[in-house]
Amino acid sequence: MSNYDVLVVGAGHAGCEAAAAAARMGARVALLTLDATDPGTLSCNPAVGGIGKGHLVCELDALGGIMGRVTDRARLQSRVLNRSKGPAVHGPRAQVDRRRYRTAMAEILGRQPSLSIVIAAARSLILTDSGVVGVATSIGEIRATTTILTTGTFLGGVMHLGDKRQSGGRSGAASSSLGDALRSLGLPVSRLKTGTPARLDGRTIDWARLEWQHGDRERPQLGSYEASRTPFLPCAVTRTNPRTHRIIKDNLEKSALYGGHIDSVGPRYCPSIEDKIVRFGDRDSHQVFLEPEGYDDVTVYPNGLSTSLPADVQAAFIATITGLERTRILQPGYAIEYDHVDPRALAPTLAVSALPGLFLAGQINGTTGYEEAAAQGLVAGANAAAQALGKAPLIIDRATAYIGVMIDDLTTQGVSEPYRMFTSRAEYRLRLRTDNAGDRLTPAGIAAGLVGAAQADRFHQDAADRVAVRELLERLTASPSRVAAAGIDTRQDGIIRSAFDWLRFPAVDREIAMRVWPELSSIAADHWTSLVVDSNYARYLERQDHDVANFRRDEALPIVPDIDYRRVPGLSHEMADRLGAANPPTLGAAGRVPGITPAALVALLPFTRKAA
Amino acid sequence: MTAATIVALATGRPPAAIAVIRISGPDALAAAAALMSSPLPPPRRLSLRLLSDPADGTALDSAMVAVFPGPATATGENVAELHLHGGGAVISGVLAALLAQPGMRLAEPGEFSRRAFASGRLDLAQVEGLADLIAAETATQRQQALALTGGVLSRTAEAWREHCLGILAEAEAGLDFAEDESDVAERLDEAARLQLQALVVEIEALISDSARATRIRDGLTIAVTGPPNAGKSSIVNALAMRDAAIVTPVPGTTRDPIEVPIDLGGVAAMLVDTAGLRDTDDIVEAEGIRRARVRAADADLVMHIVDTSPTTLPDDGILVVNKADLGSIAPHGAFHLSATRGDGVADLRRYLVEWARSATRPGEPALLAHARHREAFSAAAAALSDAANCDDAVLRAESLRQAADAFGRIAGRIGVDDVLDRIFSRFCIGK
Repeated sequence: MSNYDVLVVGAGHAGCEAAAAAARMGARVALLTLDATDPGTLSCNPAVGGIGKGHLVCELDALGGIMGRVTDRARLQSRVLNRSKGPAVHGPRAQVDRRRYRTAMAEILGRQPSLSIVIAAARSLILTDSGVVGVATSIGEIRATTTILTTGTFLGGVMHLGDKRQSGGRSGAASSSLGDALRSLGLPVSRLKTGTPARLDGRTIDWARLEWQHGDRERPQLGSYEASRTPFLPCAVTRTNPRTHRIIKDNLEKSALYGGHIDSVGPRYCPSIEDKIVRFGDRDSHQVFLEPEGYDDVTVYPNGLSTSLPADVQAAFIATITGLERTRILQPGYAIEYDHVDPRALAPTLAVSALPGLFLAGQINGTTGYEEAAAQGLVAGANAAAQALGKAPLIIDRATAYIGVMIDDLTTQGVSEPYRMFTSRAEYRLRLRTDNAGDRLTPAGIAAGLVGAAQADRFHQDAADRVAVRELLERLTASPSRVAAAGIDTRQDGIIRSAFDWLRFPAVDREIAMRVWPELSSIAADHWTSLVVDSNYARYLERQDHDVANFRRDEALPIVPDIDYRRVPGLSHEMADRLGAANPPTLGAAGRVPGITPAALVALLPFTRKAA
Repeated sequence: MTAATIVALATGRPPAAIAVIRISGPDALAAAAALMSSPLPPPRRLSLRLLSDPADGTALDSAMVAVFPGPATATGENVAELHLHGGGAVISGVLAALLAQPGMRLAEPGEFSRRAFASGRLDLAQVEGLADLIAAETATQRQQALALTGGVLSRTAEAWREHCLGILAEAEAGLDFAEDESDVAERLDEAARLQLQALVVEIEALISDSARATRIRDGLTIAVTGPPNAGKSSIVNALAMRDAAIVTPVPGTTRDPIEVPIDLGGVAAMLVDTAGLRDTDDIVEAEGIRRARVRAADADLVMHIVDTSPTTLPDDGILVVNKADLGSIAPHGAFHLSATRGDGVADLRRYLVEWARSATRPGEPALLAHARHREAFSAAAAALSDAANCDDAVLRAESLRQAADAFGRIAGRIGVDDVLDRIFSRFCIGK
């Protein structure tokens, strides 16, 4: 008999979100971690959100997730990145207080009914004929109907500092040998790497010589902004210079990366400073953001200086940077290599296809970033709970959410470098916005039992308001001359447009609109913003509707289970191998497996059946 | 599941000098071997073999046989070809014997091409070109179809798609990495805008040339009109060099428009012999006259035939004054001939060949003959022009993405069953 419905191994961002989601759905959950202070630890930069990542956090919010709520309570400042570039790519981001983040996480997990935190080290998986039924730990066996591994960088983690190497999953923490267990089960395991910069003593930075970067004054787009009585802390910006680059170039062979100590692949888009200098040799300067780590913390995180150079070289190049000449280094930066599983081995529920009862989420699936991990955690947690409790799985598709885009990318494409969320990965980007995450996901969250009653009520009320407002805007009309009478210089083309259409014209702002149609004064600011975006994108959204319909039609063609691609007539060996590795659930997903030709899809057609 | 092996007659309707039966699929070689007592010829060598029915040993034909082991074949599968004597009994006997072999069935229309597509031997535009090639009647049509089959259109579309994706990548970098490196942003500069506009001009040139492409593919239409009994049908017959239209001395003989294909120096054309234009109480003739007027309006050229002696030329088309042998007089600029005696017909023909040449410019393959291709390129041009004129970085990227998708549709990067069935249904069996 199982002690628990769901056992989560690892209490990082994926693990916490997974455990909380499973518990919200009513499962009895154990969250296994090495240290009671682990949950909510930010191993790298003290910030949540950003371009693409902010979307993930808003989507977690819409599904009752905890990342946004924790961020709210730890916020040092918030800012919308890409603000000038159009609402579809706005990247809400918050600087957070590292300690408050951990405290808030512990508090929220502590208040969650049916969730227990268990302190122990996982040693191996317990396997029976029916699949994985729990984990053998340092304090004995823990059995559960479903098990989720969220081991982050701890799986076979090795830290590199120059030519020094040390086993561990984070500075000051031991690593896990579970990776060998996964390898011995025949799962495709390989190595990735990532890195982190040195931490600086803020009292030794010459702030007066630096440019401040303040947060936005507006209400943040990230999190529910439940309460903030604390002042906002600014960041500062400085830059590397030719002298910095000279030192790094002269010492390249001493870096773990270039000295031949690391051969696994790191993220191209989050490069170490030595990577940037090698690959972009024509630049003589790179930006460095100095981010405070907390209100009562002197530590400063120099974003942009991730490195695996020896400690003395780090000290030397940091001292060349304006404002950092006399800075004391609290802890040197390092690179870390870790095991990950090829995510093509996973179903869209994040269940391991070949090992019933086992789910994987977070960096173990080849991603990087807190938000990417948390989003997978929620999906794995919800599905592990659904399986244990006999409920329907939660599957989110690419046309619905960035979460769906990420999981589909991972499970059909696999990874060749740590996977980070970008807005350009979402082909339906115009409809997947932070301002409409609730519309896209909350109904599914309510149906799955992930969203609490209070949030559900708020959502229903809000949705009803928005429908009413949209109808009102479609009903009200005005001619160009009437709009001109309100003080707007507009082309007198004689076309009578609805108020909704008029919102597309930049000159027709809220104030003008209310002058033309006094009925609009009751519309809330949030709704107004969303409506203007919808109006701006309307023409493009209509065109995309056709694409989305095509997409959903191919998604509705499941490929028969247990298909042997080698025996599909007309499929080359190469196609069969690619499809066999990715194991796409639908014809649509098969089309997204890299290198699959339209001809191969035609060959697969007879092996699909219409979904009921 | 294994695919069936398919068989079909690949040549035209019997009787004919030679008939080719084509077999494709995993059992193709075994099925062919079953009909012979001696071993199969070596791959890709045409050899003489005696064919007999394996069921009772009766002789079927003495045939030339070639086998092509997959995957380097037209369909990507094992293929065998039996070149038979083209009599109906021979063909049906061989087909029956083959169909009695395990795993064999008759091919469905277009199935050979579909298999070639499914095995990746041909892309969608190439398949369409192949269908055109089979239907091609003139040299220019053949050139155009060969260009399609050879992948010229697909390569053009693919090159433009790559170009488009390059600009898109720059635009996306500005959206996703703006905060990482301060100078990545706003990179879609004037150069990219000019590139987009140049691309639009190029595509529009291709589209505007598409009327010519359609004329090459579908042939030119020449409407032959004029009063009853002016000798329209006689002239049509003289140009076609055969008796295609019924000629009588009775005015109003031609009721339905009669279409007579002719080859004008390598360019396909259709002479449409229409009912003579006159007021009539005959309902059938009146309907014929109405249709004649419609055809004249749609035609690439209108040939007005008269047997009187007019003094002015018509506003459109050419004027042909018939019955020169009976003393008609033609104004300057008109053709003067006698259809019955043949005088002046060669001049008219020379003119028509020149005209057909200038209307289609044979030797320069025009690629956009298919509505599907035209639609895709028009969509791409519209999206690119949106992108060039858009100030919103996100919407610009969206337009570029749509353009890239439109180019992708040319070579068949599309929703799976959208177009395929329509295209493959155009094939006759066995091709």
